Amino acid sequence: MAVIARGRVAPPRALMLALVATVLVVLAGVVCADDLHHFDDPALQSRYDALTETLRCPKCQNQAIGDSGSPIAGDMRRYVDRALRRGDSDDDIRDAMAERFGDYVLYRPPLEWRTVALWAGPGVVVLLGLLAIAAVIRSRRGEQAPALDENERQRLETLLSRHDRLDNQDRSDQ
Amino acid sequence: MKKRYWLFVPLLIFAVLAVLLWQGLGRDPSSRESALLEKLFPAFSLTTLEDSDKAVDASLLKGQVTLVNVWGEWCPTCKREMPQLLALAERGVHLVGVDYKDTRDNGQRFLDEFGNPFALNIFDPEGSLGFDLGVYGAPESFIVDANGNIRYHHTGYIKPEDIDDVIMPEIQRWQ
Repeated sequence: MAVIARGRVAPPRALMLALVATVLVVLAGVVCADDLHHFDDPALQSRYDALTETLRCPKCQNQAIGDSGSPIAGDMRRYVDRALRRGDSDDDIRDAMAERFGDYVLYRPPLEWRTVALWAGPGVVVLLGLLAIAAVIRSRRGEQAPALDENERQRLETLLSRHDRLDNQDRSDQ
Repeated sequence: MKKRYWLFVPLLIFAVLAVLLWQGLGRDPSSRESALLEKLFPAFSLTTLEDSDKAVDASLLKGQVTLVNVWGEWCPTCKREMPQLLALAERGVHLVGVDYKDTRDNGQRFLDEFGNPFALNIFDPEGSLGFDLGVYGAPESFIVDANGNIRYHHTGYIKPEDIDDVIMPEIQRWQ
């Protein structure tokens, strides 16, 4: 009996512990990711947030530096912090990062000859699709269904009248 | 019969895309072009691992082709890379190490244990030189020509077969 009683008491406590552990884990993640870079000036803070969201961590496959726990992302956040405090512009900071780590770290790559396909590609594809639709519509315009000959017309009539009959029968059945 | 060749256009587009994406799948996502190729080795002013009073700067790399290897005691892959670096040193390659985000004690212990193929080790505890080199994980290696220009960037571990396949040809190319 005692065992069963204990079994009944234990789950809530285990549940509480699990809950506390979950909250701690989540909080730890928040603290780690942020590194506690804080600016008194809200304008600087929002620039910092925007930059760390749009610079890509070079070590990770697809994470912003503001979102990554890798050491290099921490170094880059520190650089952004220091550069903002000494008055660098956003472009200065982005250029400095691309100079070291390549365009890879820019989530918005610059428009160059090399990247024309990247920027223009989607527009070109949509345009081609619209042209194709226009071509199809144009070729179908003026097209008429071929006229029925005498046999076909008769067959159509019998089919239709049969359909009407069945329809009426259904209704009277109900 | 009407010409309906244009019905093959979607198939063609599919084929082109398939080839493109297939190539992308086979590519190693962690290896990419270095932003520093053809550029001067970044300026720095640090001490050496061996002597905390000895200041060194980028002029150290002038005069001969050098393989600069970024390592750290905390980096397990660097330990596996050491035999390759020792073999390169034995073949007469001039190696300079960058002890990256490390402590002096740990760095020294690493060299005592795994051997020291480096003519000299630049001590970079904050990772500032590493940052300017665009290093995002050790080990990484750079080949710097006699004028101090970066000519080749190897991200990650130099495998034993890379010595003859990649590193030696690159070194000879820039002699």
